[in-house]
Amino acid sequence: MTAIDARFAKVAGAVRPARAKVFLALTGLLLLSAILSLAIGPTGVSLQSLPRALAAAAGYAADSSAERDRLVLIDLRLPRTLLAAFVGAALATSGAMMQGLFRNPLADPGLIGVSSGAALAAIATIVLGHGIAAPLIAPLGIYALPIAAFFGGLITTITLVAIAARRGRLAVGTLLLAGIALGALAGSLGGFLAYASDDRDLRDLTLWSMGSLSGASWQKVFAVLPFAAAICLAVPHLVRGLNGFLLGESEAMHLGIDTERTKRITIATTAAAVGAAVAVAGVIGFVGLVAPHVMRLLSGPDHRVVLPGSAILGATLVIVADIIARMAIRPAELPIGIVLALVGAPVFLHLVLRRGIGGGE
Amino acid sequence: MLEARSVSVVAGSKRLIDNVSLTITPGRLTAVIGPNGAGKSTLLRVMAGELKPSEGTVFLDDTDLLKVPVARLAARRSVVAQSTTLSFPFTVLEVVMLGATVPGFGIRDSAAADAAREALDAVGLAEFETRMLNELSGGERQRVHIARALCQLATAPPSQAGTAAILLDEPTASLDLKHQCDVLALIKAQAEMGRAVMLVIHDLNLAAAFADEIVLMAAGRIAGKGKPDDLLNEDLLSHTFGCRLRVVSSEDGGRLVLPSAITGKAIMGAAAE
Repeated sequence: MTAIDARFAKVAGAVRPARAKVFLALTGLLLLSAILSLAIGPTGVSLQSLPRALAAAAGYAADSSAERDRLVLIDLRLPRTLLAAFVGAALATSGAMMQGLFRNPLADPGLIGVSSGAALAAIATIVLGHGIAAPLIAPLGIYALPIAAFFGGLITTITLVAIAARRGRLAVGTLLLAGIALGALAGSLGGFLAYASDDRDLRDLTLWSMGSLSGASWQKVFAVLPFAAAICLAVPHLVRGLNGFLLGESEAMHLGIDTERTKRITIATTAAAVGAAVAVAGVIGFVGLVAPHVMRLLSGPDHRVVLPGSAILGATLVIVADIIARMAIRPAELPIGIVLALVGAPVFLHLVLRRGIGGGE
Repeated sequence: MLEARSVSVVAGSKRLIDNVSLTITPGRLTAVIGPNGAGKSTLLRVMAGELKPSEGTVFLDDTDLLKVPVARLAARRSVVAQSTTLSFPFTVLEVVMLGATVPGFGIRDSAAADAAREALDAVGLAEFETRMLNELSGGERQRVHIARALCQLATAPPSQAGTAAILLDEPTASLDLKHQCDVLALIKAQAEMGRAVMLVIHDLNLAAAFADEIVLMAAGRIAGKGKPDDLLNEDLLSHTFGCRLRVVSSEDGGRLVLPSAITGKAIMGAAAE
């Protein structure tokens, strides 16, 4: 046992496993799932072809099977795996942040309508992108969808906060109910747009409602990079503030935390993360709910552990779900949202019944 | 010292606090008493820098409290709220260590844990550090939150010299008699260590037994202040609380405030014997 290991074990006492071990195990799982995701696919190309694929990518091997391996491994599976990791990490981190900020274990970007708002903006961008809104959207290129989804998520979040704020405090019950209402509203508007769209758009749109990574490309990986960087930059500024919020907003202020700043950064970061995730993969539920709760059970509610841990765990979950999504009924694909709901809903119920999830006093 | 000068808080057309001036002096335990709705908790929130007064100013060692950045303020004053609920399961030690999470304190986890253990020891919960907070009784939980407040001041950087204040809003409300006395003795010890302590409390007898100074509030104003012996008189208290109260001297010279229904029966009982 290392010195750091021993210290953490001493700090948390006997009830928590050492943090270093938890992180080591989580990182191992993430790497394992990423390797599996690269190795498994309906085309049957295995990891043994990786050297040939890399050679082809570098321009050294020109035969058609090497070119095929390059296409499958480098242009399809690698960006897909990276995007799955980003989407999972972004959603899980957002879920953890929202639960901390709203002091509610049920706050999840999907449940309170932020994802629906982001999806509506993305749907509107697709449907209206070559119609009336073309001059507005065309100059943004590949960034149009993530940016639209980001603002969709942000506007939904701000509306929610405006509805739920009472004398400077967020009324959590109101927030959840308003979130459900806003989510339903965004869903119906999205449905209307889908109804009004043509066949080509409709195919794009169906992916949004249940989530899919089948459209993964390097373009999309590059499009989410700035968002991933923004989240990574924001998280260290948030952990202490969110820890204070666990005791309540007044108590956070008493502890010396700039509560308004914490709220603003959390909401902007969540909107950015969810917006970007929805933009590349559609609406994916349960990751934001399950990953943070598993982390809290493992390592306690300290956000210095919960946020990075949820990111790693969320990334792993989505990568694994995506492997199942593309293999279960190959050569066709399941929407990833279905896979995650199938696994996530029972896990969530189990957590609720264990009582550990409600916590509280 | 922590000093409110002519402070008022107006909400709509109602004056929750009306032109209140109050000084919380280091080394003294100042208890604020008064009927429900008198503005005690509102005054505490103003003194904590949490609520901006509509009129007047609160000073911390002659600096306007609202001009002190929250992180620096946290090094100088800690607050124990009436009830603090946690949304997620924490261990006792983790809760107390939250007191050391103040941005800018920059202390290591190991140092925070040491300070937290010391604070837990001070409130008599040294053996509880790995227990989950939500499994504790109300009284134990309240003491954990007091330990958190102590831990906050204990881990403040030495550069933040000056008055250190602890503000407590009815910390004994849910405690049994033994724990009421334990908690107040602990709070009193903090005052004797040189800290400025403001205690909002309902129990007049506990206030009389432990406070150096009592402030009586009624309808947002200060109805009287002074040493317990001077302030606790029947007419003032009966008028302020709107019910007939008797103040009797106990055998050791202290004062006891009792509703006249109890003293009436006691007197009748004595007469019957």
